[in-house]
Amino acid sequence: MKRWLPALLVALALTGCGYNDFQRLDEQSKAAWSEVLNQYQRRADLVPNIVATVKGEAAFEQDTLTKVVEARAKATSMQVTPETLNNPEAFAKFQAAQGELGSALSRLMVTVERYPDLKANKGFNDLRVQLEGTENRITVARNRFIGTVQEYNVLARSFPTNLTAKVMGYTAKPSFTVQNEATISAPPVVDFKK
Amino acid sequence: MLLRLFAGCWLALLALASYAQGVLPVPALTGHVIDTTATFSPDQQQALEAKLTAFEASSGAQVVVLMVPTTQPEDIASYANRVGNVWKIGRKEVGDGLILLVAKDDRKLRIEVAKTLEGAIPDLAASNVINDAITPRFKQGDFAGGVDAGVDQIVALVKGEALPAPKARITPQSQELDWQQLLIFAVFAVPIVGAIARSIFGAKLGSVVTGGAVGALAWFVSTSLLIAGLVGVGALLFTLLSRWGSSSLGGGLGGLGGLGGFGGGGFSSSGRSSRGGGGGGFSSGGGGNFGGGGASGGW
Repeated sequence: MKRWLPALLVALALTGCGYNDFQRLDEQSKAAWSEVLNQYQRRADLVPNIVATVKGEAAFEQDTLTKVVEARAKATSMQVTPETLNNPEAFAKFQAAQGELGSALSRLMVTVERYPDLKANKGFNDLRVQLEGTENRITVARNRFIGTVQEYNVLARSFPTNLTAKVMGYTAKPSFTVQNEATISAPPVVDFKK
Repeated sequence: MLLRLFAGCWLALLALASYAQGVLPVPALTGHVIDTTATFSPDQQQALEAKLTAFEASSGAQVVVLMVPTTQPEDIASYANRVGNVWKIGRKEVGDGLILLVAKDDRKLRIEVAKTLEGAIPDLAASNVINDAITPRFKQGDFAGGVDAGVDQIVALVKGEALPAPKARITPQSQELDWQQLLIFAVFAVPIVGAIARSIFGAKLGSVVTGGAVGALAWFVSTSLLIAGLVGVGALLFTLLSRWGSSSLGGGLGGLGGLGGFGGGGFSSSGRSSRGGGGGGFSSGGGGNFGGGGASGGW
């Protein structure tokens, strides 16, 4: 009887307390995170082409363009590793940089509406389709990442698996949040006088 | 202050709940052409259905046309993605699915491409199909013609991709056995459970209990009655013959234990619905993974 006791305890600890679930979800969230990075990289690779095409347009607002270039440089200069996942501070920084690039790009796309030549440009329209597709993929990848992290965090914080988490030193992972909560919750200003 | 914070919290929660309830449900996957707006005439729908069925038979790829009045409050891209990931159209091992979604009253449409087909139909190609083949006809009010022309181009694009040949759809679904789990379970659990049961109930009754319990659990893991019975008998014999000695009487009782495992499996299995393969009708292959690829357009 006694000789089986340790084996029994180990088996229970490994399967009953969610150890394997932690491993599975940890790997899943890492894979989902890689997909997010993959799609962000795709967007960053697209930016130079867009900038080059827009630059061809005479007298395009330089300010909007430089903001995109700067935001891209900032976003791509950031070192991102799987460890970023367990570091809320680095994660927030990464998210902020990507958010900045996203909003700079959308501002650029709005500005383009004022340039009929650019709107009629086939090459630019192709790039716009690709950018749109990439933004969609980013959204999907982020959603999936949020889903896996949620599952992991629920496991890490609910009983009895939180005991395993405590013993093994697993903490809740950071996830994506809305960046501009204040602007979103404010109602949009509609002004027809302009 | 605290009260206001609370009220704000509740308001936010309410808003969230109403948002979650507000999204459109995903329509049931009833065929290759699903038209909830009654735009297509029965002839047009049948012709399109026949074309897409033939294409699925020849290439294996599942292309579904979905026509809805509106996707509000959701954006057409996120609605299409949601539909794709609920339906999971595309063969299980290939994942070659595609949805042509038309939101008629929104005057918007989208080609949502599963990841496998993103090589055959990149976003640009999807956008070209929309702008060259579909929207010019939609602008004239010719919905069936637009969808038909779009489907033709999509079919041509998918044919350019070297997808694995389709298999005959008669193959029965093999029972999925998790042999690894079963083995690990048997190796670790039988001696442990057996030893404990013997020490509590004594040699004979302990063996019966072990056989029954292991049999029932084996059924749970393998979902197979035969295996459950065999494992139950095996566990029982193992427990009986382990080195605390055995008696001839235990053999008879052991048989009972094995039967217990068998019976337990039989009793519970009625609760499980058997998954029969669909006969003839259209059903999702279950392999499509939609990652947001494709393009949207409007008219």
